[in-house]
Amino acid sequence: METYGPYDPTVDYVPGPAPRPKHGRDGETSSWRPLHMSRRNFLRGVVCSGVVIGGSAYLFSATTPARADTRAVERLVRLTVNGRTHSVEVAPNETLATTLRYRLGLTGTKIGCNQGECGACTVIADGTTIYSCSTLTHRVRDSEITTVEGIAGEDGTLHPVQQAFIEEIGPQCGFCTPGQVVSAVALLNRNPNPTIEEARLAMSGNLCRCGAYDHYLRGVMKAAERV
Amino acid sequence: MTDVMHNFELFQPATLADAQAILGDHEDAWIIAGGMDSLDWFKHRVKQPSVVVDIANIPDLHGIREEDDRGLWIGATTTLTEVNESEAVQSRFPVLAQAALRVASPQIRNKGTIGGNVSQDTRCTYYRDGFPCYRAGGNTCYANTPTAMNREHALFGVSRCVAVTPSDTAIALSALEAMFIVERRGDRSEVAAADFFIGPDIDITRMTSLEPGDILVGIRVPGKWAGSRQYFEKVADRNTWDFALANIAMAATVDAGAISDISMVCGAVQCTPRRLTDVESLVRGETPGEELETLVKRVAARGAEPLNFNHFKVPLMENLAMRAIRSLA
Repeated sequence: METYGPYDPTVDYVPGPAPRPKHGRDGETSSWRPLHMSRRNFLRGVVCSGVVIGGSAYLFSATTPARADTRAVERLVRLTVNGRTHSVEVAPNETLATTLRYRLGLTGTKIGCNQGECGACTVIADGTTIYSCSTLTHRVRDSEITTVEGIAGEDGTLHPVQQAFIEEIGPQCGFCTPGQVVSAVALLNRNPNPTIEEARLAMSGNLCRCGAYDHYLRGVMKAAERV
Repeated sequence: MTDVMHNFELFQPATLADAQAILGDHEDAWIIAGGMDSLDWFKHRVKQPSVVVDIANIPDLHGIREEDDRGLWIGATTTLTEVNESEAVQSRFPVLAQAALRVASPQIRNKGTIGGNVSQDTRCTYYRDGFPCYRAGGNTCYANTPTAMNREHALFGVSRCVAVTPSDTAIALSALEAMFIVERRGDRSEVAAADFFIGPDIDITRMTSLEPGDILVGIRVPGKWAGSRQYFEKVADRNTWDFALANIAMAATVDAGAISDISMVCGAVQCTPRRLTDVESLVRGETPGEELETLVKRVAARGAEPLNFNHFKVPLMENLAMRAIRSLA
């Protein structure tokens, strides 16, 4: 069986127009290449990217991307996720879901449909929920992003929404759950005492193929009593 | 199925002048704001512009402002959630607030803009899937053949293409007789809703009068219908995400029990929002009631030419028009 390296958004996997020169700093091109996937390479990649992310945060912590407004975007961006600022190299055509999962390793955010029709990739940006699969990372580089990893307490204490979802048996296959949690938390942050209709509306952008909508809805109402 | 987006250069200008300079430099530049529709085009590899201009950082294009005539100016990159939650919109133009609330899903409304919603391309599945149809520059319509799936397509105004307008807010804005402010190479002009949305008989490859390089700056909703009796209803297969099978927007003034003035627009039955002028002239000066509703039902869809699978839209449209009039009683 043919194997592929980890998904790399800078690589043009499908034949299309010839790739244009990338506009990085002084026209440098990306050093990203698809890696051969093996367990070892994968683990090594995870370790290395951690070092790169941590290291580049140190290297570039004092610089802000200065650019004329009529120039294409820089590839290096600072991204604030769950209260931590990361410096990451981001392709212009990269979605936030891709960056979170494959650059920052925050795989709690799921990619379901990849076209804004399921809600599994829901994250909070500046207080409102958005589909991270349908958002360019460059768009949210000045935003405060919260993913499902940033919902529970530092010590692992579950958010009331997460606890209530467990009690009401919201997650069945569990794939939509991170998105459901994020949508519910965003609702309760904005409106701690929602009516069931308000909750239904706020949760209406998240599909659940197991059909556990009423479970999640009961979970939201239960969590609202505890927040 | 979606794919990785093609490589493109991304620009994020901070002023309108910068945006225009970039658009002037790059002929095939594609403007995105919310990106809710654009990114799908890219992921499906149907559209592959080499330059993408993100206009969401331009402050001049954002926000809701008071106009002198009790009207409102709504920036093109104002999100649908902001439109829906604006108190000024809710109190003066509830038809627009409700239309914005019925678009897609909460996450899409949080990021999708009103400018994008009105200027999005049609949802015809054949066109979206990259079929070389008339609208895509070919010489066939795949949606109007004996076996085509066309339950979502047009009843009126067919000229080769049978696609319909997908926008909910476009219907409301047309009913409110909004003006669309367009910046073209430094010249600013105001285009009436009736001229902004264009059918296949005018240009089969576009849904609006916007040409490549044009920027929709904002939408001016005149005070004419502020505080009038308004009605919006959308019928779709699903309550979330889905585009309308038919929708209706109405603004009317009632004087001493009789309808003194009215504007009624039906969507998803034609390539442009369809102003129901027959209904309007029928009900002006009349008193809402059962008798009038029966007459409205009779004329609302007059002239419809259904395709194979969209006959159901005729009674749907008639009933929506009737229910709008009933709301005045």
